[in-house]
Amino acid sequence: MSDERAFYRSQAEMLPPRPAPAATVGVVGWMRANLFSSYLNIALTLMSAGLLWVAVPPFLDWALFGADFSGATGADCTGDGACWAWLDQRIEQFLYGFYPAESYWRVNLAVILLVPALAYLLFDNLPYARYGRFFSVAYPVIAAVLLVGGFGLESVTTDKFGGFMLNLVAGLAGIVLSLPIGILLALGRRSRLPVVRILCVVFIEIFRGVPLITLLFVAIVILQLFLPPEVSLDQLIRVMIMITLFASAYMAEVIRGGLQAISQGQYEASQAMGLGYWQMMRLVVLPQALKISIPGIVNTFIGLFKDTTLVIIIGLFDILGQARLLQTNPEWIGEVDHETFLLAAVFFFVICFSMSRYSINLEKSLDTGRQ
Amino acid sequence: MSIAGSNAEPPLADAGDASANPIIRIDGLNKWFGSFHVLRDINLEVAPRERIVICGPSGSGKSTLIRCINRLEEHQEGSITVDGTELTHDLKNIDAIRREVGMVFQQFNLFPHLTVLENCMLAPVWVRKMPRKEAEEIAMTFLERVKIPDQAPKYPGQLSGGQQQRVAIARSLCMRPKIMLFDEPTSALDPEMIKEVLDVMVDLAGSGMTMLVVTHEMGFASQVADRVMIMDDGQILEQNTPDEFFNNPQSDRTKLFLSQILHH
Repeated sequence: MSDERAFYRSQAEMLPPRPAPAATVGVVGWMRANLFSSYLNIALTLMSAGLLWVAVPPFLDWALFGADFSGATGADCTGDGACWAWLDQRIEQFLYGFYPAESYWRVNLAVILLVPALAYLLFDNLPYARYGRFFSVAYPVIAAVLLVGGFGLESVTTDKFGGFMLNLVAGLAGIVLSLPIGILLALGRRSRLPVVRILCVVFIEIFRGVPLITLLFVAIVILQLFLPPEVSLDQLIRVMIMITLFASAYMAEVIRGGLQAISQGQYEASQAMGLGYWQMMRLVVLPQALKISIPGIVNTFIGLFKDTTLVIIIGLFDILGQARLLQTNPEWIGEVDHETFLLAAVFFFVICFSMSRYSINLEKSLDTGRQ
Repeated sequence: MSIAGSNAEPPLADAGDASANPIIRIDGLNKWFGSFHVLRDINLEVAPRERIVICGPSGSGKSTLIRCINRLEEHQEGSITVDGTELTHDLKNIDAIRREVGMVFQQFNLFPHLTVLENCMLAPVWVRKMPRKEAEEIAMTFLERVKIPDQAPKYPGQLSGGQQQRVAIARSLCMRPKIMLFDEPTSALDPEMIKEVLDVMVDLAGSGMTMLVVTHEMGFASQVADRVMIMDDGQILEQNTPDEFFNNPQSDRTKLFLSQILHH
């Protein structure tokens, strides 16, 4: 032990752990790290705080503290703030459109049943999962019967659909159908069979290259010119088909990106053990490709859901249509322009934000680590 | 201990007598990648239980050769017959052969979204239509044979390279193949993990499995191979028993190759 740097420490001398310096933990530590870590960040923090100080209190004054909540017409809204008096008599139209009031329970029931149907599809640690999955698969049929009628239920035509319910119906149908169609298109685009590949490319490029509103006009106006007059497809169904196909084209490209990220080795290992094409895709390739594509898929879902507001061009009144309707109502004119849009925005935000949070959650739970 | 569990025959059969009744017969095999002639007139017969090590410089076509045997590569001329079934464009034949031929890759190619156990159960359940319970028992048997039963519930991403390659071997064995192909199984491993994989392969060789191994592990070759062959420019340059191959190489090309890999 002649070397000055030689070193030995006995077990008794070992250092116990100390708490971290106060400046790096707790509220103060968090603020230092996230709000005041550099001069630029300090400036940005102060500017943001200033903006919030300027914007939030006036908004709360308008939306809540200075708002009118009761009254029969716009004339009763006398304060400076928002006019929410219409909510009481009009909220049902914002939710159900012109659906017959005595049948609201059918819409309500469809929405309530949607909860377990979605839950069994999205979460896999629920009791009775086997039967639950069957229910999820059967749900679209159950919901369609509830909403449109049949099996003893009084028939309701789709032109009575409206309000947020219409957005949900068109959006959910599009979401449920566009994913499988998009998967097939993505696989087709990578197919070794030229005919399949070319058909898929043509479909994707046409539907992606044309504005959705143009497709809707085609579906509503031009399609009828070519079809015999006795063939009449329900207008809402036409719109839903177009929205679905439009979203499918985007979905296909999102999923193709995921497929390209899967290494050749995964295909070779599957083939070497004797899996057929569809088994290989379903068991090995797609689970990985879809996992990678989750952000893009959910992005497409959110876009599709918001595109459902375009049903207004075929004369259906979704939640935005209801807002416009109320804004031009002589009893409320001039009093409710901002309030109705705000309500519609809140509804959309709640649904879209939920989708976004679920996708983050799903990505985390599917993360099995990569080598 | 026998790796190929249920094989009733006694282990360690005699070195291949290829003329008897070959399990693999390759006649006049030619293959091109575009205009590049990668395999040139390959003739090869492999006897049941024979263990063949193929070496040679990179780009010599040795991986391509064994990948032709389970149709990961398509050949243009010649014929390949595996266990009495000829490889043609008939998908039924290809599937039948792939069921009997296991393959282990340089990059392991485990399925990262499935646990180790699920990786091993996938093919028996979906290709052999085996009940899940039985498939699980077989999977656990082989995971024990490669000495990692405790890793069964983990995902491949949580394992070391050596462990992953042993899982890959167990996964192939779960299909109860008659032939195992190894495509440079230790080339992607850190040095300290090569031995654990080679030990498993030595053990497997001792159980009487027919094996074609592309490798540069010459220790493994001299220990277990019945025949060592060297390929260059898409041709089989020389083949012999390991003893003769290493101690008495005939061609200059073989001598050069051996001197390069043995004295670096």
